[in-house]
Amino acid sequence: MFANLDQVFILLKQWVVRFLPLGLQPAAGVVLCVITIVCVFPGLFAISVLMERKGLGRMQNRLGPNRVGPFGMFQPVADGIKSLTKEDIVPLRADGVVHFLAPVFLVVVVFMGYAVLPMGRNMTLVHMDAALLFYFAVGASTELSVFMAGWSSRNKYSLLGAMRAVAQMISYEVVLLLSSVAVVMITGSLSLDKIVEAQNQYTWGLPHWYIFTPWGCAGFVTFAIAAMAETNRSPFDLPEGESELVAGYFTEYSGFKFAEFFLGEYVGMLSISGLGTTLFLGGWSAPLEVLGWVPSWFWFFAKIMMSICVFIWIRGTLPRLRQDQLMNFAWKFVLPFTLLNLMVTALWHILGEGWQRWVVCSAILLVAYFFMARAGMHGKNFRPRIYRYAE
Amino acid sequence: MLGEGILKGLAETARNFAGSYVSKERLTTVEYPEQRIAPIEAARVFPFLVYDGADWEAGLRCVACQICEKECPPKCIYIDKSTDKKPDYIGKPQFYPARFDIDVSVCMSCQICVEVCPFEAIKMDTEFELSTTDRFGGMLYDRKELAKSNEHYHKIHPTEAAEVDARLAGEKAKANAKAKAAAVAAAAKAAAAAAPKPEGGV
Repeated sequence: MFANLDQVFILLKQWVVRFLPLGLQPAAGVVLCVITIVCVFPGLFAISVLMERKGLGRMQNRLGPNRVGPFGMFQPVADGIKSLTKEDIVPLRADGVVHFLAPVFLVVVVFMGYAVLPMGRNMTLVHMDAALLFYFAVGASTELSVFMAGWSSRNKYSLLGAMRAVAQMISYEVVLLLSSVAVVMITGSLSLDKIVEAQNQYTWGLPHWYIFTPWGCAGFVTFAIAAMAETNRSPFDLPEGESELVAGYFTEYSGFKFAEFFLGEYVGMLSISGLGTTLFLGGWSAPLEVLGWVPSWFWFFAKIMMSICVFIWIRGTLPRLRQDQLMNFAWKFVLPFTLLNLMVTALWHILGEGWQRWVVCSAILLVAYFFMARAGMHGKNFRPRIYRYAE
Repeated sequence: MLGEGILKGLAETARNFAGSYVSKERLTTVEYPEQRIAPIEAARVFPFLVYDGADWEAGLRCVACQICEKECPPKCIYIDKSTDKKPDYIGKPQFYPARFDIDVSVCMSCQICVEVCPFEAIKMDTEFELSTTDRFGGMLYDRKELAKSNEHYHKIHPTEAAEVDARLAGEKAKANAKAKAAAVAAAAKAAAAAAPKPEGGV
């Protein structure tokens, strides 16, 4: 019964596909999966937006939206109808084709990442040997879409936002990749299915998730920082800084194109959460061996929604960085630390089984963190700022 | 240590998040259409015309001097002076506004008209639920819509209205005393004129 529940979507797909002629069945199966993905994640997007608005409200001691439906639950529906019915304005001197293509491209590219994410046992759309490579190749294309939007709008704010976005995304892309490389080094495979399988083991009922190893923990933190920067989330939301750039690269977008950017941002967030979950949090595997009977897809979606909650929590806490702080943080702190983490991972592999590798690797990472943080904060003035003229 | 501040901040937001479900004091939001805060005396929205007594047309304090029309920075007041006169609160014949319109879509609630009015005739209202489906006619208030009783003024700005009333009463008393004195003097003069002239002369 539980095994069936675990595979319920697969069985459902097979049952539906059976009604079609044999030659069409594989293609129909794929189309069915794609349709499901394209429906489920926008649904999750709606839920995340609502959670974000309610959660941020509560963090600021506000109520958040509470008018549409019970507890404001239909707010995303109202938002959707609003953006669909709004006038779509294209600037007179904008590059019309590129201006139109940018949001479409963003959404397409973001959805393509889901092709390789294992969302449950046997629930990967494309079993690819170089799935991680594919994911990053596709993920890197979002920069192009951002720059298309900024360039085609013919607006100084858009262009500035796009410039910032590209600088930021390229810097953090390096960190994102290098943090994932640690996992690849240990697993010995670029296939996300194999990475999840490697973590789906238990010792004393506890899972072998990579986040529970010293290098995995450090890697997860750097990955999370880079993921936040990749998805332009606060505190790295400089490209769309409302207060200084109006809305950055999508200043000139309105109506449904704006909604597409919004969708792209959140679906991208869900997608990168899915990747982080797959790499470090055991993908669809249960957090305890005794909970193994719960369907695998439940764990995957629970984990990505938890990650979204953390994203929201951080957005509600941290102020936006300055451009130089952002770049310094990426190149002077996170990147060296990630490189060190790669070496620690290699050391972990060389030291083999035993308690020694835990001590050695943890010690190296902690000492490095301590000294790098001290070096980074050296000469910085952390006193409250004194305003001489503005009172 | 790097990251300490971030953790502190995260703890603070978590405390706010959880606390907002537990303690009512944290949530300061007033859910407006259902709940309302008590009216604030110093509040001001758009001007209105004060009238005394029961009949708005007869009781309007405005004498159509047009100072407010001239002083209004966005020029949203339109006044036509009457051709005849009617007695004001001290009984002196005065002009009155045959037309007094305020375009509230232009008004910026600066209160300059109130400050310059020598007759305490225009004051600021606190009514703010003024939405209308007619954005031209519906936002141009004529003198009937603008006229509100002195009691209304007392209700929305009690302190200020009491001061104004005291001042007007003082002025009226002064005017009455002056009129009485003038009447007495006139009577004395008349009496003196009627009386036979004393011999000699100056």
